[in-house]
Amino acid sequence: MVAQAPSAVVPRRRVIGGGGRWVPYAFVTPFVLVFLTFMLAPIVIAVVNGLYSSQSSGLGFGGAETVFVGLRNYARAFADTDFLFSFVRVALYGVVQVPVMMVIAAVLALLFDSALVKARRFFQFAVFLPYAVPGVIAALLWSFFYQPSVSPLVQGLQAIGVDADLLAPGTVLWSVANVSIWSNAGINMIILFSALQSLPRDTFEAARLDGAGELRIALSLKLPMIAPAVMLTTLSTVIGTLQLFNEPQVLQFITPNISSDWTPNMAIYAVSTLGRDAHLGSAMAVILGLVTLVVSLVLVRFTNSSARGGAR
Amino acid sequence: MTAGLQQRPAAPVAPASQPRRRGRASRTVVSGGDRVSRGWMIAATALVAVASLYFLAPVLWLVVASTKSASQLFSTPGFSLADWHLWDNVRELSTYDGGIFWRWALNSVVYSVVGSLLTTLLCAATGYALAVYRFRGRSLLIAVVLGSMLVPGTVLAQPTYVLLVNLGLNNTYWGLLLPGLSYPFGVLLAWIFAQNAVPLELIEAARLDGSGEFRTFATLGLRLMSSGLVTILLFAFLGSWNNYLLPLLVLTDVELMPLTVGLTGWNQASITIPGLQILTVVGSMISVVPIAAVFLALQRFWRAGLTAGSVRG
Repeated sequence: MVAQAPSAVVPRRRVIGGGGRWVPYAFVTPFVLVFLTFMLAPIVIAVVNGLYSSQSSGLGFGGAETVFVGLRNYARAFADTDFLFSFVRVALYGVVQVPVMMVIAAVLALLFDSALVKARRFFQFAVFLPYAVPGVIAALLWSFFYQPSVSPLVQGLQAIGVDADLLAPGTVLWSVANVSIWSNAGINMIILFSALQSLPRDTFEAARLDGAGELRIALSLKLPMIAPAVMLTTLSTVIGTLQLFNEPQVLQFITPNISSDWTPNMAIYAVSTLGRDAHLGSAMAVILGLVTLVVSLVLVRFTNSSARGGAR
Repeated sequence: MTAGLQQRPAAPVAPASQPRRRGRASRTVVSGGDRVSRGWMIAATALVAVASLYFLAPVLWLVVASTKSASQLFSTPGFSLADWHLWDNVRELSTYDGGIFWRWALNSVVYSVVGSLLTTLLCAATGYALAVYRFRGRSLLIAVVLGSMLVPGTVLAQPTYVLLVNLGLNNTYWGLLLPGLSYPFGVLLAWIFAQNAVPLELIEAARLDGSGEFRTFATLGLRLMSSGLVTILLFAFLGSWNNYLLPLLVLTDVELMPLTVGLTGWNQASITIPGLQILTVVGSMISVVPIAAVFLALQRFWRAGLTAGSVRG
């Protein structure tokens, strides 16, 4: 291929580029190929596919033909009030679920980081355990806790005189939120805990000598110092909220209060499969992708500016 | 990180890590002394214990429930043991519908094991190349890998499904395996691990000894990166083990389904077929406990990986 330069002439290049010039490309090609096929191509497909529509000719016999319809699929998606409301629903869900989960994760991480908790290894194991349970299995598991006929929870509440319907129209959103808090608080706790563990300890010792209590140290020293980790776990949780699918899709089987287009992703799934309109589904996926992108960028911007504000 | 394809972890971010064990030991001495009152200790432990109860209870219930008979599932209190029916349940599970459950389990194992091994190899090769070589397009590749981590996996599921239909790969093993191989977060981790663990002097020495570039990677690079690769392997494994939305879209053949799709299908059907409820419970238990055990047994590896990954993340 390429003539090898004598190593004495360009020793530095040899270190970073031995073999032929094609060698690094051979290393990255497999990944680049799957990346182009299953990351980039789907994005292009979604955008292009969303601009077309399949229209059956005549009485539905003789196959459908695909025609260019411009932004008509988008117009249909925006005219679909259920689809639009599914965004409002996940927003409402996120406004409650994200802070609750982050507070749980942060409080537990701070407690584990302090020397206050006994049997720390066991308790960390317990908090993290749900992360090893697949999301849909977690939903399935909690669905037994929500159905009055089997639920130890509902029966326990009944025993003390509380009649709880965890699947009622007003409560089902929070029952779904509970499942994802249960599933994901552990991994967020571990990430925050890892960040806390890597902080320099002498700062806290100095604060202690100055008479600061453990609570004060946790809130005004430790927490600001792990702000990047907090922001990133929050960001990924918010993105996850917009993608909500597994939990409500499973809980849908046990309650009529979760419709088939309850979240944006469920609506996309329903349209693509039951509605048999992959074109409309693609347009909806593009909308969801763009909304997610905008929300992420706003959050990143907000994070950066508040970080700068903190540094001032 | 709640949904489908996206259950792989987000980028961990933390300041540079220090040897953890040492830090922990010294801190325990510092605040474990008389400064911290006994009352606070009890209160904190109690709080954590209550939280742990919340996280443990559903799994505990699952284990207890799977030992009950179908009728006792409804008639006995959730957390107390009734007659021991576990083996009967497993036998029933193994024969129901021609033993389809074990077929699903095998599928899940194939998708996860084959998928995560291939994913890890791809990530390792790419991360190694990014760390060891300087080549045209390297910065572009890095930028694209970083940027694509903002693209949520579940949004891609629908167009991926459309793509697979066009390729004729829907309803095949490959249709589910191939999309999982694209794992930019794994590439990022592998790159970081390679930077930390593969000294360029060693590569150069291998070259002078006449080792080819690929042999150097296979014998030296992979070994040096191995502890980091365990992290990628575990998360890739968990990602495909938990995968739900894509198989739900892509697979229609019951024989090809993974456990997640099969069991939720049973759960749905149990509304009309009452006997399926206990089978769903036992099946869930069998699908959860071994994975949880493996994941928790290997805790030390992937935790260290998360911390190492955060050095430059």
